[in-house]
Amino acid sequence: MRILGISAYYHDSAAALIEDGRIVRAAQEERFTRKKHDASFPSHAIEFCTDGDYASIDSVAFYDKPFLKFERLLETYLAFAPRGLRSFRTSMPVWIGEKLFQKRNLLRSLRRLDDGKDWEARLLFAEHHQSHAASAFYASPFERAAVLTLDGAGEWTTTSLASGDGNRLKFLRDIPFPHSLGLLYSAFTYYTGFKVNSGEYKLMGLAPYGEPRFAQHIREHLIDVKPDGSFRLNMRYFDYCTGLRMTNRHFERLFGEPVRRADEPLTQFHMDVAASVQQVLNDVLLRLTRSIARETKMRNLCLAGGVALNCVANGHILRDGQFENVWVQPAAGDAGGALGAALAAYYQHHGAPRAVSPNTMRGSYLGPSFEQQETERRLRMAGARFSVCRTDDELLEKCSTSIAEGQAVGWFQGRMEFGPRALGARSILGDARSPAMQSTLNLKVKYRESFRPFAPSVLKERASEWFALDAESPYMLLVADVHPAKRREMTEAQKSLFGIEKLNVQRSAIPAVTHVDYSARVQTVDRETNPLYHALLSKFEQKTGCPVIVNTSFNVRGEPIVNTPEDAFRCFMGTEIEALAIGRCWLRKADQDPALRQNYETAFVPD
Amino acid sequence: MTDFARELWAYAGARKKFWLLPVLILMTIFGGMLILAQTSAAAPFLYTLF
Repeated sequence: MRILGISAYYHDSAAALIEDGRIVRAAQEERFTRKKHDASFPSHAIEFCTDGDYASIDSVAFYDKPFLKFERLLETYLAFAPRGLRSFRTSMPVWIGEKLFQKRNLLRSLRRLDDGKDWEARLLFAEHHQSHAASAFYASPFERAAVLTLDGAGEWTTTSLASGDGNRLKFLRDIPFPHSLGLLYSAFTYYTGFKVNSGEYKLMGLAPYGEPRFAQHIREHLIDVKPDGSFRLNMRYFDYCTGLRMTNRHFERLFGEPVRRADEPLTQFHMDVAASVQQVLNDVLLRLTRSIARETKMRNLCLAGGVALNCVANGHILRDGQFENVWVQPAAGDAGGALGAALAAYYQHHGAPRAVSPNTMRGSYLGPSFEQQETERRLRMAGARFSVCRTDDELLEKCSTSIAEGQAVGWFQGRMEFGPRALGARSILGDARSPAMQSTLNLKVKYRESFRPFAPSVLKERASEWFALDAESPYMLLVADVHPAKRREMTEAQKSLFGIEKLNVQRSAIPAVTHVDYSARVQTVDRETNPLYHALLSKFEQKTGCPVIVNTSFNVRGEPIVNTPEDAFRCFMGTEIEALAIGRCWLRKADQDPALRQNYETAFVPD
Repeated sequence: MTDFARELWAYAGARKKFWLLPVLILMTIFGGMLILAQTSAAAPFLYTLF
């Protein structure tokens, strides 16, 4: 049975294909259209997933129920009327003109792909958090698990708890809109001058620079958390129900500063605010997971929803020890809803039996790949000058040497990752030992804010020697501290530095991936799941004694991660990446035609 | 359109929210008037996201 899952129309449109429960392909539409967070119908991603074979699709599952969402919208306007007229005026045209008729629009788009197929008979709708929960549980390696989903809002639900057993997923309770941890975090994202729905990572990255001096303030005024982790927000301070902003003037008065404009500098105040909301989020999640552990008596926990991308909080949950295993869906945001909807249709709607596998998610390497000859043809067409390595070993030798020499190396191998993290298929790599690498990558390669940290890839078998981490983190969704043995003691003068100044202090043997609080967003690399990337790390370790390298996504700020060899070549020519490995093709910047250089610094709208 | 009305009716029945239908009709008319009254239907800041 082949089931196509679709998420679309809000943000991060995607498609996923499963065959008899096996996850075959999945991709986000933004990677094809080159529009970050593209919300349009994912026709390119569907084309990739199906190879144009629509005849064999048994069911199509959409990740959300539009009527239910419209119900929430109307009831929210009614509850707050006459406030919210402006928001009503702006949202109604979109809903009445388009979103209310999502089924019709979906069918129209599907008929454009194949006019002869009876799509209507095959179209299914899953609830938003049902999709998230299914993406977390059915893709996990567990027969039984507690499942927690958290995001901004689905239809009504913002937080849900379910218990999974075999092919069954039973929802136990939920917390409805407007009370939402995702929206609380997004409110602070907005308040600190970042874009809602894309800047949450930045807020998380900013938090370690600050002191959580407002955490108590947040607990007293903004959120009422019960001992079991259930919570209510004090809507007096938020504007998202009725306005076009996340926070209101009461919120600004509470913290004593106006909303930061994107072009204004970040100050210690913003860092302290970030640290405070992160601490509150950690605390609420720990209360939730502790009560879930008590209630369900499960040993495994699965997480999904946008909040599950907060790897700092995930690290706290893991270290808290309430669950033996914590598994986070790598496409935890709405793109993963496409996969979840398909899995929910297969196991819940069709009632198919489930065979648990240790790597159902296949390392999240579910996207397009390119054969060597095809890669060479595409690169030649793009005007690239390259050599072709005869063996993988030759390629690994060149790459590891370049990285050890301090160069930024583009790494484009195999199938593209599904989800927001680059996991060694579409990555930019660098030397984690280099004190200059963090600022070089931020300012000359990624063109992004200088405070933002980078993440390490480490050989799985060496991870516990370099990080305080006892579990696998294949999807870069757990934060752990750099191992004390690898840290460097700071002088008293260095300890007294604040904020971003502290980042420039060499605090460990791998400074490029050590955040100011010694934390790191770790990816453990497994030989079975990604053998070539594992071999590269091994080669680098042979050369340098260090099994850790910097791994950041292959894109610049505001650009979707590269999908094709041409995307990679353009990004290579538009940035200070010095070498590029695509398949066995090896490109050096110095060899390229200078006329093909591009200005990528302003090519994309910053996120 | 009849399909849409039928689905909406079925939905209201399943959710036991028939009381929402007159509100929906009124708000839809009001919203429709707003569409006609304005020149552009700029996407709202938040409800495109959530």
